[in-house]
Amino acid sequence: MSASAAEPAIVARRGRPLSWALALPLAWVALVVFLAITADWIGLPDPAAQELILRRKPPSAEFLLGTDNLGRDMLSRIIYGGRTSLIVGICAPFFGFLIGGAIGMSAGYFRGKVDLLAVGFIDILLAFPTLVLALTFVAYLGQSLFNVTLALGILSIPAAARVSRANTLAWANRDFVLAARTIGASNWRILTREILPNVLPAMFAFWLVAVSVIIVAEGALSFLGLGIPAPQPSWGGMIADGREALDVAPHTALIPAAVMFLTVLSLNFLGDMVRNLVDPRRSAL
Amino acid sequence: MHWLARQALRLIVVLFCVTLLTFLIVNILPGDVATAILGGLATPEDLAGLRADLGLDRPMLVRYFDWLGSALSGDLGRSHRSGEPVAQAIADRLPVSLQLMVMAQVIALGVAVPAALLSVRRPGGLFDRLSASAAFGFLATPSFMLGILLIYLFSVTLDLLPATGFSPMSEGLWANFESMILPALSLGLIEWTVLMRVLRSDLLTTLKEDFILLARAKGLPPWRVLLQHALRPSSFTLITVVGLNIGGLIGGAVIVEQIFALPGVGRLLLGGIFNRDLILVQGTVSFIAAGFVLVNFLVDMLYAVLDPRVRHVRFRS
Amino acid sequence: MSGAVSGGPLLSVRDARVGFGTVRGLLRAVDGVSFDLQAGRTLGIVGESGSGKSVLVRSLIGLVGTGSGAIVGGEVRLDGQDLRGLSAASFRHLLGRDIGIVFQDPMTSLNPVMKIGRQIGEGLRLNRGLDSAAAARRAVELLVEVGIPEPERRASQYPHELSGGMRQRVAIAIAIACEPKLLIADEPTTALDVTVQRQILDLLQREQRERGMAMILITHDLGVAAGRADDIMVMYAGRAVEMATTREIFRGPRMPYTEALLRSLPRLTDPTHTRLSAIPGRPPDLARRGTGCSFAPRCTYRSGRCEAEEPVLSREGGRGFACFNPLGTSGGAGA
Repeated sequence: MSASAAEPAIVARRGRPLSWALALPLAWVALVVFLAITADWIGLPDPAAQELILRRKPPSAEFLLGTDNLGRDMLSRIIYGGRTSLIVGICAPFFGFLIGGAIGMSAGYFRGKVDLLAVGFIDILLAFPTLVLALTFVAYLGQSLFNVTLALGILSIPAAARVSRANTLAWANRDFVLAARTIGASNWRILTREILPNVLPAMFAFWLVAVSVIIVAEGALSFLGLGIPAPQPSWGGMIADGREALDVAPHTALIPAAVMFLTVLSLNFLGDMVRNLVDPRRSAL
Repeated sequence: MHWLARQALRLIVVLFCVTLLTFLIVNILPGDVATAILGGLATPEDLAGLRADLGLDRPMLVRYFDWLGSALSGDLGRSHRSGEPVAQAIADRLPVSLQLMVMAQVIALGVAVPAALLSVRRPGGLFDRLSASAAFGFLATPSFMLGILLIYLFSVTLDLLPATGFSPMSEGLWANFESMILPALSLGLIEWTVLMRVLRSDLLTTLKEDFILLARAKGLPPWRVLLQHALRPSSFTLITVVGLNIGGLIGGAVIVEQIFALPGVGRLLLGGIFNRDLILVQGTVSFIAAGFVLVNFLVDMLYAVLDPRVRHVRFRS
Repeated sequence: MSGAVSGGPLLSVRDARVGFGTVRGLLRAVDGVSFDLQAGRTLGIVGESGSGKSVLVRSLIGLVGTGSGAIVGGEVRLDGQDLRGLSAASFRHLLGRDIGIVFQDPMTSLNPVMKIGRQIGEGLRLNRGLDSAAAARRAVELLVEVGIPEPERRASQYPHELSGGMRQRVAIAIAIACEPKLLIADEPTTALDVTVQRQILDLLQREQRERGMAMILITHDLGVAAGRADDIMVMYAGRAVEMATTREIFRGPRMPYTEALLRSLPRLTDPTHTRLSAIPGRPPDLARRGTGCSFAPRCTYRSGRCEAEEPVLSREGGRGFACFNPLGTSGGAGA
């Protein structure tokens, strides 16, 4: 080792195992997830129960985060809205990655015509501005939690396919894959046993990023009134409701906005960190 | 020209598939035009009659090629709500959307390029860290959130700018600018983050090149080295990302037009969706997708103009 | 114009040091190198890659430092003027006007998206105050001078449209455009085809003679320096280990490392199929320098003293070497 030509290495910033930059986002995401799971059991008022006399109350001891335009408890709505965001945010990319991953890996592994078809398919999906396609899908599928998830899941297919294809291309020519092929392993076996484990870390890092992107997209759909249907709370919908009372009760819009901002920010932080671990080369982006 | 021809062919294929896909989504998915027009109380006979009138009883593909034929001659059908020709509706609203997107893009580049240039003067320095943090923050702020915040700040609290509404240029440039600046900021201030990161990272790579050393050895001051030697070879990824992000920009424009009540194509589309105005939705989505594909094609061309190496490979061999 | 003290050296370097802070501590890339260069002469700086020769020369003209976290020390004088004391602006002015530099790989040292003519004219406009038309005319003349056919057409082309040898000619044109007093050629032929290496070296030498420039020729190949340099400085692990006229070096090196470098050169007088001797071992880790001579672990003549004590560059009749058992004495077995 001592003989290697010493290079002026830039000091790696990996030290500090649990810095604030990691602990705070982690804590926030954990809190949101915990509340979303336990929402039914922690004695929250019904998020849909209206009390018009108590509408647009600022935060107080009785209503920790105040009430909205229809006198509904904001805290309860935020927590149940978080549940919606998380369900869509986690499931949609999972669905997209299942299909996109399969497409991308086959394309990267088999090359040739399969690759050409897959790339063409991805190109066409990418030819639609994401939100416009999501709007169109949801509008015609009908608004429901499942349909919103499905629509956003379809939209994450191209990205997932690209990531898995690029990674598969990089691994498919490694010696251990060639070795597996020479001893007669089937394509299926090589793909699932040899390549998949190596592609998964990159996919996981990307999935984390996708979660925050999908949460934002769900927020946008709900904001436009084309996401989760009305009585069910969602952050985007709350921001849209609050917009009408911005002058008299700004908290009705600003609180859900802040919660969403913190959640997306935390997820981005964590995603960046995982990506740095998985693929140090791309950390600059 | 070989390369150009291939790209043009690819463009045509993609455009064809995109319009077909739109047609399929709008027509296969549940929700029928006739029901949409006549409402749930219509008798089956009325519905069947209307379907026949609209040609909906014919096979899907026949209808698609029918639609495509008219579309190619500029006829996107008529909205069955307002009776207005869809093409005309789009043409009326397009300038607003374009103005919004161009202003947003100018804002985004106007923030991103100087920020990246200042960042790489001292990587890891105060400005670099500040702009990176700001970028991270804006990255977590969706345009609908930023729009609300800007309205709250500039319209509600400071009372400086109108919260919603649109003033066309005919009412004076300043009125028009006042009505467009918040929407454009809502879009542009989100877009710049990605651009800044991409450009910063490419600039850092370029600055390690020998030709930068040579430029410095010629005695060029640091800012001229940055602007004249480093910026252009570092801008290729930036341009690609600008192109790719136009999709996001269009989506963002739909939202922003809705927040600020701007009469653009996005709001036209949303209206069509809420009213189940299928012909209108079909026309608008196809138009947006086709525009997006075309812009990306042009961005790809722009590469060749900016990078003589690509020009060489693509046009001479 | 002659700001030089008559008889004084054009370039005078005293105790140049360059260090980089790394995770493993301070890496001394250049560690106390001094030399003088007279106007009109050529100094060859020879050493393996990583010996610090490029870093040394780049640090002299301020091209190492900003951003890389390098710590640069020592004194540098050009024409008697202290370069380290200059303001950034006047240093840039002096750099552009009085010093020209040619890098190793013309593929990377020319801006890929700028036309050749403009790259040549740029320094002229900045340092000689030419307007763009005059700079463009001069650029074409310079292309003629460095032997590029169809100069007008070439001037409006981009670097990738030229061959490697042509590109290096362009790089030379850029370096000499402002009539510098000092030309630095940093491994100018390493990245080129063998067939054009000689042409480039000839061109450099011709320009140097005709213009009366001083030249620093950095190379890892003693053979390149052989016919071109008046003096040679051999560097090892960031230090100068032998300094002498080229004649003297080839006639009889004193430092065992120099001898090893010479042995690794093919000679016409060798019988065919003679094995070239490679130097065993590797250069030392510059961040973990122990006591003693850095070359000792690879040296066949080492003695106990070599591992305990660091030899300094001692001068003996105009030539210097850093060795306790120099060749040509009783201690050096090669005698």
